[in-house]
Amino acid sequence: MYDFTPFIESITSYLNENLSPFWAGLISMVLLGVGILLFYAVLGLYLVYAERKICARMQNRMGPNRVGPGGIFQTIADLIKLLLKELIYIRNADSLLFNIAPFIVIVASIMAIGAIPFAKGLQAVDLNIGVLYILAISSMGVIGILIAGWASNSKYSVIGAMRSGAQVISYELSVGLALLGIITFAGSMQFSEIIASQEDGWWIFKGHIPAMIAFVIFLIAGTAETNRGPFDLAEAESELTAGFHTEYSGIKFAFFFLAEYMNMFIIAAVATTLWLGGWLPFHLFRWGAFNTVMDFIPPVFWFFGKAAFVIYLMMWFKWTFPRLRIDQLLALEWKYLLPINLMNLILIAFLTLMKWHF
Amino acid sequence: MEATLLDFDLRDKEEYIINMGPQHPSTHGVLRFEVCLQGEQIKYLRPHCGYIHRGIEKMSEALTYPQLIHLTDRMDYLSAHINNEAVALCVENAMGVEVSDRVKYIRTILAELSRIASHQLWWCAFGMDLGALTTFFYGLRDREHILDIFEETTGSRLTQSFITPGGLMADVHPNFQKRIKEFITYFRKKLPEYDQLLTGNIIFRERTHGIGVMSKEVAIDYGVTGPSGRGSGFTCDIRKIAPYSAYPFVKFNEITLSEGDTYSRYVVRIKEMWESLNILEQLVDNIPQGPTMLELKAVKAPKGEYYQRVETARGELGVYIVSDGGPSPARIHYRTPNFSNLFVINKLAKGHKIADLVAISGSLDLVIPDIDR
Amino acid sequence: MALLKTIKAIGKYFYDIYDGVTSLARGMKVTGSYFLKPSSIVTQKYPENRATLKMFDNFKGELMLIHDENNKHSCNVCNTCARRCPNGSIEIIYKKVEGADGRTKKVLDKYVYHLETCSFCGLCVPSCDEFALKFDEEFEHAVFDRGKLTKVLNKPGSSSKATKE
Repeated sequence: MYDFTPFIESITSYLNENLSPFWAGLISMVLLGVGILLFYAVLGLYLVYAERKICARMQNRMGPNRVGPGGIFQTIADLIKLLLKELIYIRNADSLLFNIAPFIVIVASIMAIGAIPFAKGLQAVDLNIGVLYILAISSMGVIGILIAGWASNSKYSVIGAMRSGAQVISYELSVGLALLGIITFAGSMQFSEIIASQEDGWWIFKGHIPAMIAFVIFLIAGTAETNRGPFDLAEAESELTAGFHTEYSGIKFAFFFLAEYMNMFIIAAVATTLWLGGWLPFHLFRWGAFNTVMDFIPPVFWFFGKAAFVIYLMMWFKWTFPRLRIDQLLALEWKYLLPINLMNLILIAFLTLMKWHF
Repeated sequence: MEATLLDFDLRDKEEYIINMGPQHPSTHGVLRFEVCLQGEQIKYLRPHCGYIHRGIEKMSEALTYPQLIHLTDRMDYLSAHINNEAVALCVENAMGVEVSDRVKYIRTILAELSRIASHQLWWCAFGMDLGALTTFFYGLRDREHILDIFEETTGSRLTQSFITPGGLMADVHPNFQKRIKEFITYFRKKLPEYDQLLTGNIIFRERTHGIGVMSKEVAIDYGVTGPSGRGSGFTCDIRKIAPYSAYPFVKFNEITLSEGDTYSRYVVRIKEMWESLNILEQLVDNIPQGPTMLELKAVKAPKGEYYQRVETARGELGVYIVSDGGPSPARIHYRTPNFSNLFVINKLAKGHKIADLVAISGSLDLVIPDIDR
Repeated sequence: MALLKTIKAIGKYFYDIYDGVTSLARGMKVTGSYFLKPSSIVTQKYPENRATLKMFDNFKGELMLIHDENNKHSCNVCNTCARRCPNGSIEIIYKKVEGADGRTKKVLDKYVYHLETCSFCGLCVPSCDEFALKFDEEFEHAVFDRGKLTKVLNKPGSSSKATKE
């Protein structure tokens, strides 16, 4: 039920029958690109809206409530405003790098979306090293941030960018090691196979406590990688005014802003796929009736529901905690997360070897 | 001799200067820090003030005593009542009159309410400096209750100008006592939330423990008073040392801690809010009857020099009046707490990171218009 | 001894983790509980609630000259309020009128109030012996033209209670 594979295949076969392989490939790529871009823009806007509503509720406020019912068009109005704003030219800035930086950041996050499985068959590419691909691509974003900070010709920007560099390089380790735990369990780096391995239960339940520890570590490190929440040192608006994007205005600033939210979504999507069963419905032991009811809910809803839960957790962190200092941030990684993670990985390897997971 | 900026050859030591302010989110106003950094470490720091100098002292010379009170609202706008009270007390002392007990009680209640309101605003701004944005709204939400009490009685929320030499501008609103009692019960429930959200938080503790340690000697040398000084063990509470208004009638503790770091300055303020609630509770039911305004023919200080100090939410505010016998002062000078509290920051922040500078300047609770006057 | 120290250090390491996690959870409980309580929202929808929005009686809005139903105010041009005002926000323009008994009397022509320089100290209201002044509850002071901030407080055609017709 709800399998997208025949649908996608029918489109490809239709194209292949009517066109030469070159044009068929090109057109399918363009269709895919347009689809991903549309998805990216709409989801990014509504993540911004969700964050504003959620933080408002936590702070006893209402949040946006003027544009549209409940303010749902607020972010669209903001986007139009940002589009119309002047792009300020910074004197003595390295104009090539200054202009290219927002694109690097946003392209990195768009590329990562391609590998995420939203439902069975609804995935741009099912790489056999999907996890590795996402890790590699999403860490490219930091290059954009470093370039932005350097090219802005502003001291605040440079400090923010350098902080971000140190932060992402350290937390990349934790993200990788936490993912490695589930890869060990599942025995594959391919997203479709990882999901297939969770047919009889999600890894967060099947993997005992080590999987949960890995999940928590992944959440913390993922939050740090997206420069959000208590780890937003690269922006640190009370210290560095706006950090690496101090000098950016208009749509270039919007690119950084959108990329931050989409990176958050990517982290949530990876967490969903690896720990929470991806688009698989929630099954409870052998309760046939309950499980059938759950099966009726389309997998896309399952995927986005779980991703929304993880995103909510990350927003909850952000709106509760104070910001860490740069040395404390690195101490947290190297003194706490990394040793725990390594021990955890050994445990997971042992569990897998003994086949003690469910 | 302190080292100045000129002593640093910036190129050789890979140091650079960054200007925090006058427009910066964490200087809370138009204050400028000239910070010399090496990487993220602060090598030297020089505060520049004067961006919001309005010449209040000079303006006051042209105004009569009741008139100049409304200018003191604009110095430390978060403890406007206490500033008013300082001038009023000084003029009353000069004239040799004493206000009725009712006036004393009401003045003290309003002063303690302003102290709580000021500490609440400080709490939310401090949380925001450290990146916990939610504290801002919780603090303001609770402060709103106090501002409502102010508005009902005095007519204004921030710059009340309710105290005048010889008494009060008007009697309190009939709801005054009821509302304060409601606020005390409300705020006693909400204050533990402050601790759960920020005080106990591991990130917050790590950010503030051992940061910007000020020894008692330094506090005395620089004249750092108020909660900032008391965090270093400097017993400088004017309410205890030289009680004025209704403070002789109430029992309360002077809160001092000996560590002298950012965290202890924070804890002193949180505890002072509890203590202020106790003071309010003792006073609110016992407001005696009496006139709210003395029958004064003319408000004129006799020839001479007069000094009066009070404890604002930030420290010791001194009012020094030189009078030639006329209706307005020949010279008036304010010894404002923030001016002394600001200049210790170089000593505290040196060697720390730029993120700590934000925490330290937040913990000193600076109000910039009070520095420049 | 060294072993004991090591064990203590390890214990402290794990206690730190436990302590940190519980302290963070306490903070999250506060924000999370407010998230689930929509009744705790304190925002007021301002332009919508204009009809029900009522300021306190004592609120210092704009200065006004009290007029009774016969369009009479009680200002007798003593100029006390203007002298008491620290900012010179009050200007009283009077004209001299010959009364019934043949003596010239000062009669209020224009009571000019400069809202733009008023600092709402409230000294003028109690200074008036005739209780002619009051602060109203108007708080929307914003205008597009600075000239509109200079107001004439006595209504057209009004007269003082003191002057006999």
